[in-house]
Amino acid sequence: MNIKALLVDGDPLIYGAMVSIGLVTVAILFLLTYFKKWGWLWREWLTTVDHKKIGIMYILSALVMLFRGGMDAMMMRVQLAFPDLGFLDSQHYNEIFTTHGTIMIIFMAMPFLIGLMNIIVPLQIGARDFAFPYLNALSFWAFFMGAMLFNISFVIGGSPDAGWTSYTPLSGAAMSPGPGQNFYLMGLQLSGIGTLATGINLMVTILKMRAPGMKLFHMPIFTWSTLVTSFIIVFAFPILTIALALLTIDRIFGSQFFTLTGEGLPMMWANLFWMWGHPEVYIVILPAFGIFSEVIATFAKKRLFGYSAMVWSMIIIALLSFLVWVHHFFTMGAGAFVNSVFSVSTMLIAVPTGVKIFNWLATLYKSKIEFSVAMLWALAFIPSFILGGVTGVMLGMAAADFQFHNSYFLIAHFHYVLIAGTVFACFAGLVYWYPKMFGHKMNERIGKWAFWFFVIGFHVCFFPQYFLGLDGMPRRLFITNVVEWLPLNVISTVGAFGMGIGFAIFVYNVYYSYRHSERETTGDSWNGNGRTLEWATTTPVPYYNFATVPHVDEIDPYVRMKKEGKTTFDEPNVKPIHMPSYTGRPFIMMAFLGLASFGLVFEWIWLAIVGLIGGIIFMILRTYDYDEGYYVSVEEIKRTERKARGL
Amino acid sequence: MSEEVKTTGPLEYRTNEGQMTILGFWIFLGAEVVLFSTLFATYAVLFGRTADAPTPAELFEPGTVLIMTFLLLTSSFTCGLAVHEMRRGSVKGLTRWMLVTLVLGLGFLGFEIYEFIHYAHEGATIQSSAYWSGFFILAGTHGLHVTLGIGWAFALLHQISKRGITNVTSRKFFIISLYWHFLDVIWIFIFTSVYLIGMVL
Repeated sequence: MNIKALLVDGDPLIYGAMVSIGLVTVAILFLLTYFKKWGWLWREWLTTVDHKKIGIMYILSALVMLFRGGMDAMMMRVQLAFPDLGFLDSQHYNEIFTTHGTIMIIFMAMPFLIGLMNIIVPLQIGARDFAFPYLNALSFWAFFMGAMLFNISFVIGGSPDAGWTSYTPLSGAAMSPGPGQNFYLMGLQLSGIGTLATGINLMVTILKMRAPGMKLFHMPIFTWSTLVTSFIIVFAFPILTIALALLTIDRIFGSQFFTLTGEGLPMMWANLFWMWGHPEVYIVILPAFGIFSEVIATFAKKRLFGYSAMVWSMIIIALLSFLVWVHHFFTMGAGAFVNSVFSVSTMLIAVPTGVKIFNWLATLYKSKIEFSVAMLWALAFIPSFILGGVTGVMLGMAAADFQFHNSYFLIAHFHYVLIAGTVFACFAGLVYWYPKMFGHKMNERIGKWAFWFFVIGFHVCFFPQYFLGLDGMPRRLFITNVVEWLPLNVISTVGAFGMGIGFAIFVYNVYYSYRHSERETTGDSWNGNGRTLEWATTTPVPYYNFATVPHVDEIDPYVRMKKEGKTTFDEPNVKPIHMPSYTGRPFIMMAFLGLASFGLVFEWIWLAIVGLIGGIIFMILRTYDYDEGYYVSVEEIKRTERKARGL
Repeated sequence: MSEEVKTTGPLEYRTNEGQMTILGFWIFLGAEVVLFSTLFATYAVLFGRTADAPTPAELFEPGTVLIMTFLLLTSSFTCGLAVHEMRRGSVKGLTRWMLVTLVLGLGFLGFEIYEFIHYAHEGATIQSSAYWSGFFILAGTHGLHVTLGIGWAFALLHQISKRGITNVTSRKFFIISLYWHFLDVIWIFIFTSVYLIGMVL
């Protein structure tokens, strides 16, 4: 295959994208060279095993992906508001809704939340790092390579175009020849392996590395949500691994799992996909619940109402999440009995979720609410998410679903839960923990502008879509010039651009705050209202996190520590701290596996084998790796802590 | 990262790191259970969908499969003996029993490869029907695990011969023994739900 056949051509939008990608790449290379930052990049970031830095890389990648997915969304909205303009053709539209969905779920929502977990969970439980820091770096680079692989598809080889659910037989070799679907399969496979490893890593970290005395029911609620999420990851992701592998083997090696020939069963894909896909929804919503719980408790300045009920409702949601997958295809024809069972299990989820909503309201009740930006996101979440949840119950009624299925009613529903739930939580969590990560807050005034633009834009964009759906507008349709649909589509597009402006302001705020925000002097950034251990560390957090780990025997331990004047620097008891060494191997190993995946995308088996051999060599190097890390000396800890605490 | 080292109990559990790694591996095995369950479910759904290819009842031979089962189950036992020798602190005993284990594992693999080639000659390949896709991927995934396990075990034996039995090497060896027993358990399910049922139905 020559280079001309490899590159996607014929569309001015894609030429524009190619030029801008080229320019940005050249600019980055130039800046790194000009400021002599290559060594810094390698030493501080590419080889890091520090959970805080890995978390920052996750969040940065997620923000870039949010931009990419957001651009896709804008392009779709332009097409739908002006269907006669010929802005996108049908093929391009198919590719865009596919990449939009895939990127937002797999490469934006999950990495964003995993990034926050990376940074915050060890700090909340009094740990020095993850249980397996090397594996953590491996996970990040797996995600990163997967994301890059997926994203180059639109300039090299062509994007996948069978929807983010990639239903067979449409996505099979017969109906979707070419590399597009392979990009989807390999990109998800690679990053999925990383997610699974993160799930295991977080589980062991939380189960084994808590501060002395901290029982499971003393843990901060965000850590609880992470633990429950990790369980879901460990039990759901292998299903995706297999589903993707089977479809890959179908497409590349000619097996017959999902084909129309050889007695294959195309609908088995839908089952496998959603047996992972529905738990996946809870993987991205439970951590969001955790973030809101933390933010609400901090800015309502009291203990979270109904802590145990919150925990148990998360556990019940996690169990139920595995028992509802059929509601994604009630119309498949599984029969009245099966549909009824899944209808009931679906509606049951509303019960624990309702418990959580009332607990948040009860926490707010009669409290002195501080309307900071993080709190605004949390407060906007509650009513918006309820709208999404209630329409979810409507969709869950099997009989009614035959009317709503695949209409814009569904589109509106899941954007209401995923944006109002997950995206709002990502913003709330980022703003809330920003001072912990970077040593300064995000500007509150600009943050409020971003908030209002985004939230109002969100409702203007998606509320009309409920009615478009009820008027019969189906999803994934690129020509919508039905007169009755047009006004609402135009309104919806206006809202989408409002969200875009909100996001732009948010990003500008990152730059503005970096330049102008006051630097933090204490670790307890939010007016001394911090309740959990992450606020007990200094800001910026020293790389070993805690000089001495406090003894914990209650929920919100930092409240009492502050009263008793205790800190995480108990000078007489400082001991040398064991830390893992930095290593570039995870990065290189995943680059090899990324190469192997790239080879499989184009079905160049020799390249896949080369990459795989490289990966295996690095696995062997790993098993021969007896690097035991190093110790931070007591003097160095004392020096660092004294300086940071102004002693 | 705690640095305290216990002085009693099995070597692999004495450091915090050892305990965490073993727990992590148990959780990984939990994920592996889900992975194989998905493959079993896929196989069950596709059962009977052989299209124009031969049916399993025509191809499966009790003899070969029994020998394979015998080899793998025995290897699990000898792997247990190797761990027992490790607890006694005998590098020699560990190596001897693990080599027996690996020879048995290689024997298993040899029969499996022979079996697959035989089926392919009879017209049952991964491409011939949905059922055979399911069969080859399920049994093949298990076989791939065995292959990886053998390579991994050789690397560990090499490390143990150089470093002796320490907190770290015993942890590594204990983990591969868990892995090996796990593959045995999976094989028992393959033996019953694939071969036995396949021969009867």
